[in-house]
Amino acid sequence: MRQFPGRVVTPGQVTAEAVVTNEGFNTLASFQMALQFGDKEVKCGDQSNQDLYGKPLLGKALCLPQTIGSTTGGLVLYCACSMKKNPACMLFANHIDSLAAAGAVLADVWVDGVTMPVVDGLGDEFLHYVKDGMKITVKENGVVEVE
Amino acid sequence: MILTKEQQEILDGARGETLAKVMKTLVMYGDAFEAEKLVPITSDYNHLVTSFGLKVMSPVYDLMQQLLDAGVCSGQKFSVDPRPLDKNVPANFLQNLVFNKFMYTKQSFYEDQLKKLGLMDENAFTCTCYMDEVGNQPKKGDVLSWAESSAVVYANSVLGARCNRNSGIIDIMGSIVGYVPYFGLLTDEGRKATWVVKIQTTKKPEAQLLGSAIGMKVMEDVPYVIGLDQWIGGELNDSARAYLKDFGAATASNGAVGLYHIANLTPEAAELGEGLIAEGAKEYIIDDAELERVKNNYPVIWKNPDATPKLCFVGCPHLSLEQLKDWTVKLEEALKKNGKKKITVPTVFTAAPGVLEAFEQTEYAARLKATGVITSYICPLMYMNNPLCKKMPVITSSNKLRTYTSARYYTDGEILNIVTGGKNQ
Repeated sequence: MRQFPGRVVTPGQVTAEAVVTNEGFNTLASFQMALQFGDKEVKCGDQSNQDLYGKPLLGKALCLPQTIGSTTGGLVLYCACSMKKNPACMLFANHIDSLAAAGAVLADVWVDGVTMPVVDGLGDEFLHYVKDGMKITVKENGVVEVE
Repeated sequence: MILTKEQQEILDGARGETLAKVMKTLVMYGDAFEAEKLVPITSDYNHLVTSFGLKVMSPVYDLMQQLLDAGVCSGQKFSVDPRPLDKNVPANFLQNLVFNKFMYTKQSFYEDQLKKLGLMDENAFTCTCYMDEVGNQPKKGDVLSWAESSAVVYANSVLGARCNRNSGIIDIMGSIVGYVPYFGLLTDEGRKATWVVKIQTTKKPEAQLLGSAIGMKVMEDVPYVIGLDQWIGGELNDSARAYLKDFGAATASNGAVGLYHIANLTPEAAELGEGLIAEGAKEYIIDDAELERVKNNYPVIWKNPDATPKLCFVGCPHLSLEQLKDWTVKLEEALKKNGKKKITVPTVFTAAPGVLEAFEQTEYAARLKATGVITSYICPLMYMNNPLCKKMPVITSSNKLRTYTSARYYTDGEILNIVTGGKNQ
């Protein structure tokens, strides 16, 4: 088991199974089809993302460098949280980007009953170490345990 | 974050619980970037990304209704991204059924909300709000609360305004309180380039392909592009602006670029030159082979990769007036060369309602119509979101449309050849 200290963007504790992308996570491309047509597993619909395309995102610990793409990104993340179709947590190797930050904050302030801890600044080593299927535990203080 | 007395009072609920939540959202958003303060928005108008009444976006409409019920409106009028539907765009019975009965059932309701919140006018639906014919063009140095990735990158880079890549909903919250957090692309430091991109191609690079290559390489960083002015000139004329519009949209959608500098061309690069390049900036050299490599790596997700195209979209982001005229001339020439009277693939050119109105006043409108091309104000992406459209072999010269849908990317030249029945089809 390894621990990675990060910065808390939105707080919470959770344990979930990792899904990992080493490419930028395009929020709109990843979520739009699943949300629109009620995919129960919320499989990633981004054909350009070779790490995640077709993999379930619902309830997973989404490990990523950052998000990319359309500025609907934060809004889409907010909708995913409102519809309870969100990942269990989002863990950023880099500093969080403006779209993901918006989505995380909108969900935190405006959605009742949903907690999606978001931690950033976990570093490149975090993304090198973590693999799909590993058990992830996010602590309240931003420490992420990977086993 | 240090707030003014007025900002703190809003946060503390002096002007109601809903406005306090709006302020809390902006403060938390700024805190994520260690913003030290909120600064006033100085543009005349805002621009919002969310234009579509997709049934699945009901959390957005609920939030907008909370704002309206609390009497909270935008302090600025705003333009908004394109409408999703137009009966002029080809669609079969089943596709129309899905559009009208399942997908965009909330369109009228949402447009009514937008009017109440501060929509500029009935024609203010476009991703290219900065066109002269639309009238939402910020000045150099203006602070914005815009969203829409292609508009933000254009406003920052070509107009010299200052705007972060704000998300939908955050965009309107900024103009509700009149402030945005001061970080990133609002600051001088955040506008420095951390990549130097050297263009070493033997011909003018395709705008949307070059933008894609740079976006995928630099992600959210700021590139300083050297050598592009030799291909598109050193003056921000109609042609250069149209090129940069398409280039920027690809950098923003294939990566997360919010600002680029073009040496000897864009306002800050012309003013400050290589002083904009941050110490330790990385380098990316683009030659013909690199562009070919990027293009060849795009996945083709058509069920039958050899299928004959059924529809073509040009105009994501929306075309300018000059682009509509240029395409008209090129289509006429290509049709003549190929011995055809009409295009051989149904083709839709999309542009802002105001641009289309201006185009209709020119002699080119009838000539374009004679080629068989349809013009529309829609967002092609919204069309392609229909799962029945997703199954169609649709082609486009938009790298943004390619990124988000099953549409297959071709260069403008290839598109011209395909839709006019050229050889090697």
